[in-house]
Amino acid sequence: MWSWLSDPNLQWVLMGSLLLGISAGAIGSFALLRGRSLLGDVLAHAALPGICLAFILTQNKGLLPLMIGAAVAGLIATKCIDFITEYSRIKEDTALGIVLTVFFGVGIVLLTAIQHSGAGNQAGLDAFLFGQAAAMIGRDVWVMSIVAAALLVFSALFFKEFKLVCFDRSFAGGVGFPVRVIDTVLMALIVMAVVVGLQAVGVILMAALLITPAVAARYWTDRLGLMVALAGIFGGASGVIGSLTSALGPRLPTGPLIVLAATVLFLLSMFAAPSRGLCAKWRRAARLREKVQRENFLRDIYERYELALPVQQVATEDLLAPGVPLTNSGPGSDERSHVRSKRVPRIARRLERQGLIRIHEHEEMSYCALTLDGLRAAWDIAHKHRLWEIFLMHEAELRSDHVDRDADDIEHFLTPDLVASLEQLLKVHQREPKLLPSVHPLKTGGMDSWTHTR
Amino acid sequence: MSLTTNTESTPEQPSDSRTGGNSHPASPPLSETHRETPAIEVHDFSVAYRKRPVIWGIDFKIPPGHLVGVVGPNGAGKSTLLKGILGLVPPASGWVKIHGQSYKRQRKRVGYVPQRESVDWDFPTNAFDVVLMGRYGHLGLIRRPRAADKEIAWEALRKVGMADYATRQISQLSGGQQQRVFLARALAQNADVYFMDEPFAGVDAATESAILELLADLRSQGKTVVVVHHDLQTVSQYFDWVVLLNMRLIAHGPTEDVFTVDTLQKTYGGRLTILADTAHSVAQRTP
Amino acid sequence: MDAYTLTIIVTASLVAAACGFIGCFLILRRMALLGDAISHSVLLGIVVAFLITGDRGILPMFIGAAALGLLTAVVVQTLEHGGVTADAAIGVTFTALFALGVVLLTLYAGRVHLDLEHVLYGEIAYVPWDTLMLGGYSLGAKALWTMGGVFLINLIVVGLFFKEFKVCAFDPGMATALGLNLLVFHYIQMTLVSLTTVAAFESVGAVLAVAMLIVPGATAYLLTDNLKVMLGLSMVVGIISAVTGYALAVWLDSSIAGAMASMSGVIFLIVLLLSPTHGVIARLRARSRKDGLAEPDVVQ
Repeated sequence: MWSWLSDPNLQWVLMGSLLLGISAGAIGSFALLRGRSLLGDVLAHAALPGICLAFILTQNKGLLPLMIGAAVAGLIATKCIDFITEYSRIKEDTALGIVLTVFFGVGIVLLTAIQHSGAGNQAGLDAFLFGQAAAMIGRDVWVMSIVAAALLVFSALFFKEFKLVCFDRSFAGGVGFPVRVIDTVLMALIVMAVVVGLQAVGVILMAALLITPAVAARYWTDRLGLMVALAGIFGGASGVIGSLTSALGPRLPTGPLIVLAATVLFLLSMFAAPSRGLCAKWRRAARLREKVQRENFLRDIYERYELALPVQQVATEDLLAPGVPLTNSGPGSDERSHVRSKRVPRIARRLERQGLIRIHEHEEMSYCALTLDGLRAAWDIAHKHRLWEIFLMHEAELRSDHVDRDADDIEHFLTPDLVASLEQLLKVHQREPKLLPSVHPLKTGGMDSWTHTR
Repeated sequence: MSLTTNTESTPEQPSDSRTGGNSHPASPPLSETHRETPAIEVHDFSVAYRKRPVIWGIDFKIPPGHLVGVVGPNGAGKSTLLKGILGLVPPASGWVKIHGQSYKRQRKRVGYVPQRESVDWDFPTNAFDVVLMGRYGHLGLIRRPRAADKEIAWEALRKVGMADYATRQISQLSGGQQQRVFLARALAQNADVYFMDEPFAGVDAATESAILELLADLRSQGKTVVVVHHDLQTVSQYFDWVVLLNMRLIAHGPTEDVFTVDTLQKTYGGRLTILADTAHSVAQRTP
Repeated sequence: MDAYTLTIIVTASLVAAACGFIGCFLILRRMALLGDAISHSVLLGIVVAFLITGDRGILPMFIGAAALGLLTAVVVQTLEHGGVTADAAIGVTFTALFALGVVLLTLYAGRVHLDLEHVLYGEIAYVPWDTLMLGGYSLGAKALWTMGGVFLINLIVVGLFFKEFKVCAFDPGMATALGLNLLVFHYIQMTLVSLTTVAAFESVGAVLAVAMLIVPGATAYLLTDNLKVMLGLSMVVGIISAVTGYALAVWLDSSIAGAMASMSGVIFLIVLLLSPTHGVIARLRARSRKDGLAEPDVVQ
């Protein structure tokens, strides 16, 4: 049943789309990071007048002269975009739109003029509009593989320069790199990628081959080299999957199927990628929510214990054992509570399994008692929480502009002497936690050790 | 118009009093020849945006080995001066010399720390990689960083206390840590003259002290550091040389001579009332 | 000028006016390419509408197109929210939707009588022959009516929400502070863009629609600093492009839509170079050496 794979024509098509996908994906990564994703779209449209003019001049339909025409038109288009954005108040997106539509309009004029003048053998020029991967022949694939290889070699050679120019242009200029030249080389490579892709996927969908694999690859890694390689792999895979799918049916167009394959890879990456993917993000958010809920629950219980105490004292097992009521007046029952009541049973069950609380029934009522471990954790949470309160109350006096707001824990957030002065303030405001664990825990580490044991 | 005369006369006097004739060719030469050429010399330097001048006719010389604060109100053209010196914006007039030669020829001796907002922190790269970029200028086109370059980058990361974060993606660093990575990149450039655009803006206490330590270290090595700074309270504490700027050069020279109520008044105009604290502290310091 | 020519020019002018109007806001909001993207992805909406209803009725087509236009805007917004840069989000979205449209179109080619090339590159030359018949009377070209209708809708909606659109385009933060729902106005605009492009699709093709969405507005932007004037000028520029483009097409015997797009480019180029306020030559004059500049006033 796999006999159709041995069809030489299909093999050429497969080879061509593979090479095209790899090179477009790799170059597309740089285009994406340079903030010029849609340049591929513009260049693909802008190539049309170049192709038509090349045909008019040479009367030749071979891939090479048409590619040269497209490349020249593409380079002129990039220069036009630079000119418009640099010398007028028109913003980049509008400049891209203008160049795209006007060049393409001129292309359509030339194309129809050629068709109407009946200048001989023009059939096949419109293949560039939608692409005709299925019509690729051996010679085309040779040209494509040479161009694709050249693209990969160039991006490897100039990897360092492209990285620098994409990341920090002013620094690149400052240390003496010819930023404009590097930019032009990058644009030229994008033009080349577009030009080889035109025949396979056509003007409109060429943009996808540059953008989609690169965006997909970005989800998987934080390293540029890996991202470029992955984008190449995704692009190549889309090329192969698309061509194979289109070989299954007589009326399935190759170009759009390649794009759809790339889109599926993108969607997979967006949802499933570790750490940057949506599922991972949702999971992290859910876990954080749960952690906050558990902490709030423990703090709530702790404060209920505290209410019954006249002075600060060290807790014993006996003191903790009776517990606080869980139903009716328990956590979640009034507005000063920190937990939502309908979540209480689930959180309580979880904490009990961790050995932080014990739940017992007494006269139709549920009671929740902290264990000694639980008290240690609860004290830690309450203490930290109150330090925060105090900090926010006195922020202005405490040189708070020197606080590193991105740190997640208070002791990373504040310097030790700042914490010491906060402890002092805690005493002044009589907000010190009243119920002490038997072994006075140090203020670091305690919480992490129990929240992360699941 | 009275100000024009001021801008011309003020800078000369203080630099005379301290560095003895550095700015006067006629004065007797110092024994060490390298002290002869200023680290930075700016002459009649103007930058305009369309028809509006941003900085106008700036003239100054800074001898090597100083920590220089560029101070002035918002919109005074502080960042523009830096960018102009580094050739990132075209000047409308004037020239700049770094250690006696044009900036183009001295590029490898110049390090630059841009404002933190100027780059995309979501870029796929880690802290070490950013620091390694500091070596790119020495490498030139196509050549890749070698083991020696990587060693220099590690050293720079260690100096700013960020070695533990080397493999972190840069968006996962806090603001202060990002600033330190930028500083490490400049260190890796191994330059003689550094330009830093607001490195103290929005950083935490730890980073601030790390930067200060670094600046002191650089000066002890005889390097010149020019820092755009907006916090008047700390100027006299951080810098031994100031350039007061408000579109024109108001004054420049050693901090104790130049950073006075009088020059601040000229720089900030009526707005100095808001800065009464500074004026007060400055007034107390200067007899 | 015969009725045939007149119909074409009037239709094209209506396209230019309707697109130019809404295009100005896209340009000011730096979303020019979102218009381009929407004009491509509405293809899927048209195809799906055909497949469901089985005929080329105008209403289902408009609903399908508007739905897909909105979907594009929503997906782009969502991707952007998830950390993908705006232009990449646009590129991923419209190519995917367009590719799906093309695949469906070719798969069901037997059932959908829609010529892909015709839709995209349009043939305004056929417009005068496709007339609207009512009770045996010819009421003129169908495209004239749809374009006219869409133009009117644009005019009314922009007229109603002029001040809201203006604030949203100029200062989204302030708009939010004033209690305007940015998203609602964003999606109203995107619906207008979808309606306009789908109407233009049917009659003149997507190329002309996108060109008229962006180029006349940008030309007007170089000539004035007043939003109302900009809206008016964009229409004028669009109509001039339509008339001169038609002449060019007749002369070259080529696609009318393509020629009109080309002429809008020529007019843009002329204005770009020569505009007295924002033209390149005027700017280059301003960017002179120090001695050509006025000395700044004394600082205080």
